[in-house]
Amino acid sequence: MKKMSKTSKNNLINYGIVIAFYVIVQILSATGNLSNLLNGLLVPLCIYIIAAVSLNLVVGFSGELSLGHAGFMCVGAFSSAIFSQVAGSSIPSVPRLILAILIGAVVAAIFGLLIGIPVLRLRGDYLAIVTLAFGEIIKNLINILYVGVDSKGLHVATSSASLQLESDGTQILKGALGISGTSVLYKDIKNSYFLIGIILVLITLFIVQNLVNSRSGRAITSTRDNRIAAESIGINVTKYKLMAFTISAALAGVAGVLYAHNLASLKVSTFDYNMSILILVYVVLGGIGSVRGSIIATIILYVLPEMLRGFSTYRMLIYSVVLIAMMLFNWAPASRAFRERLRERIVSYLPKKKKEV
Amino acid sequence: MAMLEINNLGISFGGLRAVDNFNLTIEKGQLYGLIGPNGAGKTTVFNLLTGVYKPSSGKVILDGADITGKSTVEINRIGVARTFQNIRLFKAMTVLDNVKTGLHNHYTYSTFTGIFRLPKYFKTEKEMNERAIELLKVFDLDGEAEYLAGNLPYGKQRKLEIARALATEPKLLLLDEPAAGMNPNETQELMGTIHFVRDHFDMTILLIEHDMRLVAGICEELTVLNFGEILCQGRTTQVLNDPRVITAYLGE
Repeated sequence: MKKMSKTSKNNLINYGIVIAFYVIVQILSATGNLSNLLNGLLVPLCIYIIAAVSLNLVVGFSGELSLGHAGFMCVGAFSSAIFSQVAGSSIPSVPRLILAILIGAVVAAIFGLLIGIPVLRLRGDYLAIVTLAFGEIIKNLINILYVGVDSKGLHVATSSASLQLESDGTQILKGALGISGTSVLYKDIKNSYFLIGIILVLITLFIVQNLVNSRSGRAITSTRDNRIAAESIGINVTKYKLMAFTISAALAGVAGVLYAHNLASLKVSTFDYNMSILILVYVVLGGIGSVRGSIIATIILYVLPEMLRGFSTYRMLIYSVVLIAMMLFNWAPASRAFRERLRERIVSYLPKKKKEV
Repeated sequence: MAMLEINNLGISFGGLRAVDNFNLTIEKGQLYGLIGPNGAGKTTVFNLLTGVYKPSSGKVILDGADITGKSTVEINRIGVARTFQNIRLFKAMTVLDNVKTGLHNHYTYSTFTGIFRLPKYFKTEKEMNERAIELLKVFDLDGEAEYLAGNLPYGKQRKLEIARALATEPKLLLLDEPAAGMNPNETQELMGTIHFVRDHFDMTILLIEHDMRLVAGICEELTVLNFGEILCQGRTTQVLNDPRVITAYLGE
C-alpha cells in the first residue's frame, strides 16, 4: 500500500530526527563545542520529549484534554526513587534502573486507570477538571508523606516522628524535602543518562507511533473525530479512551523516573501545575496530533529560555514573542498557505523528485 | 421469520410522547421506507433502534434476538448499522481508515500485537486493506482511498458513510436521509447504489427520506409517521396515494 509506506516513512523520519539529534550532540561534545549549560539540559530535554509525545496521545489522538501530566510524572518519579533507595546496592545499577523504569511506568499507569475508569465514561471536559485536581492532590499528598526503611521493612507515615524506625533504619522520603541522593546510587552510569534518555525517547516513539497506526489506534482516533459514529460502528469508546489515557500515563511515569534519577534531590514542588501546562504548550504549539511537532516544539521551547539567559530581564518577553510567532506559523491560514507555496517552489527546483511525486 | 420486528415502541421526553405505539415488521431483503413530515419522530425511531435512546415501552426484535434497551455498541455487534442525517465521518482520518475502523470487530488482533508488530498484525492489516478496498470499489471511492474523509465532496461523504456502515457486516442497514443535499443526478445514482447494496450484500434496508422520487423509486413498503404515531402503512404506491398522507404533507 502506498499509504502504509507513507506513514511508516514518516515514522522512520521521526526516529531519524531523534538519532540525528543524539549524533549532533555527541559531535559537539567531542569537539568541545557543547557548553556546560547545554550539557545539563540534555537529559531534561529527553524527559520533556517523552512527556510531550505521551501527552499528545491523549490530547491529539484521543481528543481529551489532560491538565495533570506532571501528576503522573510525579507518581512515576517518587515510586521509582523509593524503589531505587530501598533496593540500594543489592542490585547492579543497570537492571536496577530498568526495574525502576518499569515500576514508575506501572504505578503511573495504575493511577491513570483509576482516574480514567470513572471519568472517561462521561462526555465533555471532565477529564481536564479531574486531572487538574489530581495533579494538585498528588503533589500535596506526597508533600506530607514520610517513608523510611529498616530491618522490619517499609514504614509510611505523615510525620517524621510517627515513622518509628528502628535504629538501623533510614528515612527515604522526607515530606516536603523530598528524596535526596537517588542519582548518587547510579554513579557508574550517570554519564550515559543522555543515551538512556534517547533510548527511552525512541521506545516512546515506537509505542505511540505503532499504537496509532494499528487497529486500536484507529479506534482511538475515531472516538476523537466522532464519538457517536464510533459507537454506531461498534467501538467501545470508553475502553479505547481509557487505553490511550493509561498508556500516556505510563509513559509520563517513565519521564518521571528519568527525572527522579537525574537529580541529586527530588522535590515534589517541581511537579506543579506550571509543568503540566508547559508540556501542554509543547504539544499544542507543535501541532495537536503530530508526533514530530511535539518533538521539535519541545527542543525549541525547552532550550530557548535557557539560551536567552543573556538577555536577563527581557528573557521571558522574548520567549513569549517566540511562542506567539510559533503559534501563528503553525496555525494561521496565511502562514499555512505560505508554507504550501514554499513547498511547491522547493519541489519545482527538484525535477527528479517531482517525477516520483 | 421477519428480520426486524418492532412492537409498541414508544419514548417520552418529559411530557412529550415523541414516538408512541410504533409497530413495524420488515422481512429479510426488503427495502423499507419511513417517511413523514418534519418533526414526526423518524430519526427518534432510528435512535431507539440503535440504542442512542432507551425506549420507555415496547420491544425490538432483530432476527430473533431481543435488542430492546441494549447499548449502541452491542446493537451494532448484533447486526444494526446506520448512517446519519448530518454526516458523521471520521473527518481527520483517511477514507480507507474510515472503512477499516468499521471492520474493527471483524478483523481483530490485540493492542500488544499492534504495538510490537507481530506477524499477525501484517496478515490482518493486509486482509483489512483488501476488504476495505473491495467495499470502496462498490461505491466507486477506491480512487480516493488516501484522501482525508473531510475533504471528499458531499455526495461521496454520504457514500463513504454507507460503506463504513456495511463494513460492520450488519443484518439491517438504517439510512437516515441518504439523498439529503444531493442533486437529481446524484440521487438517481444513489438509488442505483442502494439497490445494488441490497442485492449484492443481501441486505435488509430501512431508510428515512424526504425525496419522494427516491422513496417511490426504490421502497417496496412504507410507513408514514406523523406526530410520533403511525399514520399509514403498506405498499408504496398505495400509501403515497392515501388521502391522509397527502393531507399530512400538504395540509388541508
